[in-house]
Amino acid sequence: MPSLPPLLVKPVDLAPLWLVERVARHLFSGVLKAHPDLFERLGAYRETCYGFSPVDLPLHFTVVPAMKTLAVSRGAPPLVDARIEGPLVLLLGLLEGRCDADALFFSRDLSVTGDMEAMLALRNALDDSAIDLPRELGALAGPFSPLVAGTARYIRGKALEGRDATWN
Amino acid sequence: MELICPAGTPAAFREAVEAGADAVYCGFRDETNARNFPGLNFSREELRQSIALARRKKVQTFVALNTFMRAGDEALWYSAADDAVAMGADALILADFGLMAYVAEKYPQQRLHVSVQASASNPEAIRFLVEAFGAKRVVLPRVLTVQDIARLTRQIDCEVEVFAFGGLCVMAEGRCSLSSYATGKSPNMNGVCSPASHVRYRQDGADLVSELGAYTINRFGPGEASGYPTLCKGRFEIGDVEGYAFEDPVSLDVIDEIDALRAAGVSALKIEGRQRGKAYVAEVVSSLKKALGASPGERAALVARLRAMSEGQRTTTGAYDKRWR
Repeated sequence: MPSLPPLLVKPVDLAPLWLVERVARHLFSGVLKAHPDLFERLGAYRETCYGFSPVDLPLHFTVVPAMKTLAVSRGAPPLVDARIEGPLVLLLGLLEGRCDADALFFSRDLSVTGDMEAMLALRNALDDSAIDLPRELGALAGPFSPLVAGTARYIRGKALEGRDATWN
Repeated sequence: MELICPAGTPAAFREAVEAGADAVYCGFRDETNARNFPGLNFSREELRQSIALARRKKVQTFVALNTFMRAGDEALWYSAADDAVAMGADALILADFGLMAYVAEKYPQQRLHVSVQASASNPEAIRFLVEAFGAKRVVLPRVLTVQDIARLTRQIDCEVEVFAFGGLCVMAEGRCSLSSYATGKSPNMNGVCSPASHVRYRQDGADLVSELGAYTINRFGPGEASGYPTLCKGRFEIGDVEGYAFEDPVSLDVIDEIDALRAAGVSALKIEGRQRGKAYVAEVVSSLKKALGASPGERAALVARLRAMSEGQRTTTGAYDKRWR
């Protein structure tokens, strides 16, 4: 199971919550703006409160797509309608549709709880959306866009190396 | 042999085309197809665009309308057939005799394939479908050995398509009511086996417990590969024995039988998996495409890595190479 190196975990662990939340919200808002089709495929499940809990980070992300809200918390996982847990790189791989959710579920790399209809709708909506996180990150970086996008692509490639995580 | 590939979304459709599909099969976002899951399938416009893309790449599009019409609501299935024909679908994959009759009468030029859901598995049944509705191809249920298939193809006057890789149903396709018993919904009538609305997962210590409606389907120990929450692949206590009553969580893989299937007269190999992500579709289609062109000795290595993506992380040749427990 891939997990984040301590070198990356420590700074996130020490960073103030408002800062992590601010970066995550920017990215989330950029993704929603660039992929309005996500809402269409999500249908009524856009109202669902989704929880994402990376097992290798002491953080929980709570998202309600319809409200365009994202919250980050530490400690006990907050109450949500549907939650997915797994290593951060795999959660991000799923967000981009680079990994097959069923395969990660069969291998026990991921676990899901709560409303499975909502979770399935989100999985399918993300899978069809062609989200490219390095590109979205780059778009937030102004003049440093090529550098940020390139670095993010390199990290993604390294993190998902050896996984069934590529497509044409 | 043609390679018939699944697509649950336009993105997966593009992947299948790029990975070497000869035909892609897909369905509308409603009860007319047997993979009616949330967020999956195609709007009319998405299907129109996908068919156009496939045409440009010389790939065929088959539209699955393979559930059984509900009395009083036939219009839903008729309009789906009307739209698929108008969009230029290369074939309609149908299970319901009434819908077959509708298409055969209204669109006599439209190519009609018999879905696996129709459960046509003997020469008499298939000959009837060919004569009555002009069926050009039958997708055989996964209940026959390679020898059975060879005997069958000699006695019928239509093409034969068989499943080669992916999820595996128990041997009652089109007639399975297990999901209905537990949830009131079935793949045959509603397009959903084990509907997600009735599925729950919970952690019990280090164990993963899967539940469907009021039933516990399975309990997977730490590190044990898991499967879908379907009753047919549930682990139950029967008398003093605990085990899989119907079937283990396992996927179909008959790549080793490609040459035998070709010799048996099979025209097309089908990959199951419209509910899977585009990464799975790309990987499985490209691997099987390579396997079709490879020598028998090279095939095992080409598809070995697909096992990790399969249900239970194991594969079987199922009924094709019948070795009952």
